[in-house]
Amino acid sequence: MTPHMLTRSLDRGATIFLAVVVACGILIPLSNLLLPAGSFLQVPTYLVALWGKYVCYAILALSIDLIWGYCGILSLGHGAFFALGGYAMGMYLMRQIGSRGVYGNPILPDFMVFLNYSKLPWYWYGFDMFWFAALMVLIVPGLLAFCFGWLAFRSRVTGVYLSIITQAMTYALLLAFFRNDFGFGGNNGMTDFKDILGFNVQAEGTRAALFALSCLALIAGFLICRAIVSSKLGKVLIAVRDAESRTRFLGYRVESYKLFVFTVSACMAGVAGALYVPQVGIINPSEFAPGNSIEAVIWVAVGGRGTLVGAALGAVVVNYAKTFFTSGMLAPYWLFMLGAMFILVTLLLPKGIVGTFNAWWDSSKERRLAEKTTSAAAEDGVTEAKMAEEAQ
Amino acid sequence: MNVMDTRATSAMLYLDGVHVSFDGFHAINNLSLTLEPGEMRAIIGPNGAGKTTMMDIITGKTKPDEGTVLFDGVTDLTRLDETRIAELGIGRKFQKPTVFESQTVQDNLLLALNVDHSVKGTLFWRGSRAESEQIDKVLETIRLTDARSRLAGSLSHGQKQWLEIGMLLAQDPKLLLVDEPVAGMTDVETHLTAELLKQINKTHTVMVVEHDMTFVRELGVKVTCLHEGTVLAEGTIDQVSSNERVIEVYLGR
Repeated sequence: MTPHMLTRSLDRGATIFLAVVVACGILIPLSNLLLPAGSFLQVPTYLVALWGKYVCYAILALSIDLIWGYCGILSLGHGAFFALGGYAMGMYLMRQIGSRGVYGNPILPDFMVFLNYSKLPWYWYGFDMFWFAALMVLIVPGLLAFCFGWLAFRSRVTGVYLSIITQAMTYALLLAFFRNDFGFGGNNGMTDFKDILGFNVQAEGTRAALFALSCLALIAGFLICRAIVSSKLGKVLIAVRDAESRTRFLGYRVESYKLFVFTVSACMAGVAGALYVPQVGIINPSEFAPGNSIEAVIWVAVGGRGTLVGAALGAVVVNYAKTFFTSGMLAPYWLFMLGAMFILVTLLLPKGIVGTFNAWWDSSKERRLAEKTTSAAAEDGVTEAKMAEEAQ
Repeated sequence: MNVMDTRATSAMLYLDGVHVSFDGFHAINNLSLTLEPGEMRAIIGPNGAGKTTMMDIITGKTKPDEGTVLFDGVTDLTRLDETRIAELGIGRKFQKPTVFESQTVQDNLLLALNVDHSVKGTLFWRGSRAESEQIDKVLETIRLTDARSRLAGSLSHGQKQWLEIGMLLAQDPKLLLVDEPVAGMTDVETHLTAELLKQINKTHTVMVVEHDMTFVRELGVKVTCLHEGTVLAEGTIDQVSSNERVIEVYLGR
């Protein structure tokens, strides 16, 4: 990112958002680690992990907003990229267990011993190294998105048809990962993690560091998205969203643009998944469930499509509500509430929370500006009248 | 790209024996038409005569079943897609004004400028003085200088039509295809549009599809009347409008 891209991408909303994320990323881990447990201002460890999960969801929401809000690509299968990033991290964490597993096999993860694997499948090679796993977190979702997008966008699959095949994609992956012989732990997935980079994943310090890292990833993801949407490429994306064939007749290769953002977005979703797994301690095929992807789209719609800040906010607000309502007596009704929330937002706040706020802010600014000009004009009138009197 | 060894024709646009059918309906039937460099041509004809389909063929949206479509004497357009054809220098204004409504007037023009259209080029784009001067010039030509920071969606219908013509100018193509530029315009706006097109024609080859006969007369250029996907009559407006068949199928008695 060049300096002019950075300055161009930081408007007031973006700056406030970044300040809030930076503050959370520093203060929450510090309060958790430094203040005595039970003190009023101390953030308990379970909350650090919970909020860390929200931050990962916020990154996923950002990635969806980049393609849906700005380029009109409604992916209902983005959970798949999130889960693939999560699996790549999960594989690293599994191999870190080493001989501390239930069966004590130094090479094979427990589930492979249990399923009578004689040796490690070739696609597990390299995952004992963090750098390799980290690379795969980006490459696997990115490559899948590139191939999928290349086929879909070149064939000009758009709108609801694209949404349906993205659903089919995540569902196909769900079925594949459920299989025991697929080599990723089948139904149970991967869990019982011990270390990450030599640090105990359960330790308070590691959890706090993971939270701070998630905030850092959110900041990086946000800056990348802002740089993209505030460049000329961002204008082209909006043009594609609003009038695709017009853009084509101006000489833009629309499929290249879609492929670019779709791939960037999938990589971001992968990073979100990779940060999510060590914080929740498990990855299993249910992460591929089509419902998860749809829920993520709802976060973006609630927060405000095409605003980036709104997407992140929507992810946190909806998930906070989910945590709040699924723990009390209202728990059985959560899905109804989620549905109701979506309907209410669509009916009452079609632009989402941030979109509606922005519209209100702009119109009130215009009103203030108009009042200022009229009052200035009135003052001018008074002075003119005075001058006329004096002249007489 | 299929480039012929020698220039097959001196024409800017050369259509010969073009056929297109959609599910058995012959939208274009043995259509032959040539446009010389620097010419402005008005295309008239009843609904369903194949005017818009012809533009779809030239811009690569529709592939003809048979026939030759040559641009600038050398390039076979039937083998290229919309993006490639636009890059070659054919610009198109749609029947329904299609501007990018949620972006400002000047951003619409910026997007239309004939500069690097690659993903990398636009991602690392930085505005240049030459670009903003060109935008200023176009804004002046289409009389939208005061509206430059307004959203294109807030413009009046006539202004949107002009903005779309302005986008064509910014694109600076060799050939402009203009589909119904004065539909829904007031008389004054229609007159101004005719002036604008005449001015554009000084430096560009133009093809205008239009129903408004007053407007066509004001342009004062060669007219081609299409009917059932083929050329019915060609000549000056007076010749064409006095043609028996044209009166029968289009102008009405």
